[in-house]
Amino acid sequence: MKKNWPILVVDDEDVMCESMAAWLREDGYRVDTAPDGRKAVELARSADYAICFVDLKMPGGMDGIETMMEIHRIRPDASIIIITAYATVDTAIQAMKEGAQEYIVKPCNPQEISMLVSRILKLKKLLSENAILRKKLTRQYRHHDVITKNPRMEEILSLTQEISSLRSTVLIRGESGTGKELIARAVHFSGARAEKPFITVSCAALTETLLESELFGYEKGSFTGAVGQAKGKFELADGGTIFLDEIGDISPKLQADLLRVLQERRFYRVGGTQEVEVDVRIIAATNKNLAEEVQQGRFREDLYYRLNVIEIRLPSLRERREDVPLLAEHFVQRISSELGKDVSGISADALKLLIDYDWPGNVRELENVIERAIVTCHNGTLDQQDFSWLQQPSGQSPSWEVPDVPLGELERRAIVAALERKHGNVKEASTALGIDRSTLYDKLKRYEISH
Amino acid sequence: MNELCLVPVGSVSRQALDWIENAAAEWFPFPVQRLPALDIPETAFDPKRKQYQSIEIMKMLAQTAPPHSRRILGVTEVDLAIPMLSFLFGQAQFDGPVAIVSLCRLHQEFYGLPAQESLLRERTVKEVLHELGHTFGLVHCSDPACAMSLATHIGLVDSKAERFCERCGLHLVQRFSREEEV
Repeated sequence: MKKNWPILVVDDEDVMCESMAAWLREDGYRVDTAPDGRKAVELARSADYAICFVDLKMPGGMDGIETMMEIHRIRPDASIIIITAYATVDTAIQAMKEGAQEYIVKPCNPQEISMLVSRILKLKKLLSENAILRKKLTRQYRHHDVITKNPRMEEILSLTQEISSLRSTVLIRGESGTGKELIARAVHFSGARAEKPFITVSCAALTETLLESELFGYEKGSFTGAVGQAKGKFELADGGTIFLDEIGDISPKLQADLLRVLQERRFYRVGGTQEVEVDVRIIAATNKNLAEEVQQGRFREDLYYRLNVIEIRLPSLRERREDVPLLAEHFVQRISSELGKDVSGISADALKLLIDYDWPGNVRELENVIERAIVTCHNGTLDQQDFSWLQQPSGQSPSWEVPDVPLGELERRAIVAALERKHGNVKEASTALGIDRSTLYDKLKRYEISH
Repeated sequence: MNELCLVPVGSVSRQALDWIENAAAEWFPFPVQRLPALDIPETAFDPKRKQYQSIEIMKMLAQTAPPHSRRILGVTEVDLAIPMLSFLFGQAQFDGPVAIVSLCRLHQEFYGLPAQESLLRERTVKEVLHELGHTFGLVHCSDPACAMSLATHIGLVDSKAERFCERCGLHLVQRFSREEEV
């Protein structure tokens, strides 16, 4: 890790440069040295130094302050530590005024310098993490960052703009990884509620009781461990939007509670007797077919219609293959910069492989695949070899959905399909099904399948 | 080229050299050869600070190294420093052949306390393992008990153990076998 934070030592005394570099290398840093300001500036042009130790007094040419200013011009993020043999307040003030981060008088205690370096690097690490997170957040909030040239997606984007200022409930449907939360954020952050909270709740991640207190909050003493009153996500989202992800997984009791909130915008905290009123826009998402869930009696019909005021169905990545190159290039640029790797693009062969792949995990899978390829890549361009592990499951739909039928029926269908694929050859079909021939004959009889 | 050469720089007690030889033999699988003492180079002395520049001594050690030496470990009783730092317990060429350890600040007497031989032995062994570890490519370790952890004052030397942690130990074993192949 420390190798990612190179250090430069600038001093006209050879012994100073050599000894300081040796000491820092023992700590695992990559260290360069320069005998004068001119050489230091030249080095700074080609390497992004995290810290530069610069001697204040260097005879002839540029002095420490001039060197510092020139390095700062090229590398504004570099932390400069001015070194001097004399402790004079005036020089210290001048150095700090010109932008030095620290000022040290040599010789100093090893502990002092070790702490100084680790403090500066800790701060740098935090700043760089912060920049990455900020970038991520801003990216998620903006419409124009939904990358697409697919007509269906473009329609969806213009719909999100139109509905952003309404309070109507939105139901977003789509397979895992198609970007349901991204669209929900786009709706929230382009409307009048953008300045108010956007609260996400993953309904499938919590048990019924936990989800209830998570959504509606609880009063002190309402259950063991409820030591004080706590606000739920609905209250926290007041004025803004609550995003209920995987809504198809909530229990019948919560479905009833939720219906009440949708109708009245009021609810009770768990263990509470006083009603709480909120102004919240609800955006729900699911990868299930809720209409089918309603038919099967697993999802309340009234709740379904309350949620399904505006429906957005996100296409899978398979249905918008023309976006694969755009998205892939975008992820390469973003991830390589986040990981600090010098990868600039994808070869035509590799791109073809990505376009042909079926992406059962959709855009999220594509993002992960690109990240993995960048991590293991040794060239400036991702080629086919970097994706050699990406195997297309053959002869089977990657998003194989198990229909809700008796197990025996599933078995019957599997046998029929295997026989069809093997053109009625029982031996080959039994091998494909992983059972022996006599077992297959038994099953053919039992299910009355003719072949 | 297979020996670990131990070189007193100035006067160093036989007892200290015995401790070092035993510790080196225990952790590093190379024969240890004790070489005659070298005089401290005059150029190393800094009259203002009344200390010795470790880099100058290391340069001398490198120049006088016998051709068969794999690593050269200098041991001295004088107080070492570099221009930037007020003192050093020792210094090494990272992933290089030369290292030096100063016993000066390992003595209890340096801190105005009565001499304590067993403590001096422990400290000496820890510093020798630390500097030799650097010559085999080990950087400072985050495990405070490992000999490779950075000690910027004597308290931190005392809180280390006379051993490498598992990770640093494994690095050394791999490194030794690579050097053997070469």
